[in-house]
Amino acid sequence: MNKLEMISALKKEANISKSEAAKVVQIFFDSMADALSEEERIEIRGLCSFFIKNYKSYTGRNPKTGDKVQIQPKKLPFFKCGKELRERVNK
Amino acid sequence: MALTKNKIVEQVNDLGFTKKKSVEIVESLLEIIKRSLEENEDVLVSGFGKFCVKDKSTRRGRNPATGDDLLLEARRVVTFKCSGKLRDRINSGKE
Repeated sequence: MNKLEMISALKKEANISKSEAAKVVQIFFDSMADALSEEERIEIRGLCSFFIKNYKSYTGRNPKTGDKVQIQPKKLPFFKCGKELRERVNK
Repeated sequence: MALTKNKIVEQVNDLGFTKKKSVEIVESLLEIIKRSLEENEDVLVSGFGKFCVKDKSTRRGRNPATGDDLLLEARRVVTFKCSGKLRDRINSGKE
């Protein structure tokens, strides 16, 4: 499912217009992206939580050529599946 | 301070919906995402990332506290892959 399919599903399920559904989907992912870029945690009960994890610099290898490469320190969002979602997906 | 469902509902509220309707809309959206993953269909959000469903096979594990051997059953899990755009945005901020 992509964003467009999500918008039309929301339009139908919540009985709102397509442009309203598009705005809601935008708000949802924008506010999560905003939170993560400010290193703020996200907790959406039943769905998932996110926090920013700091990774230190390390020496990696190019898997194709075997060359050593220095990987710079980076931040990545760490995803944790919510209880309800975990149970529904795994049944 | 964390981003919660409540703050998202407040922003939907600002679009002009009643409080009750805003809660309903956000719950519908969450349900759509959960249902898609439950039906084994990945959720792709351009500019944010993708939520994928992965099948894990049975493996031998260990209880880290006691060191006992145990068998982990095959299961299905949700993984998240951050989009390049979001990753760049997260890493462009202050260190």
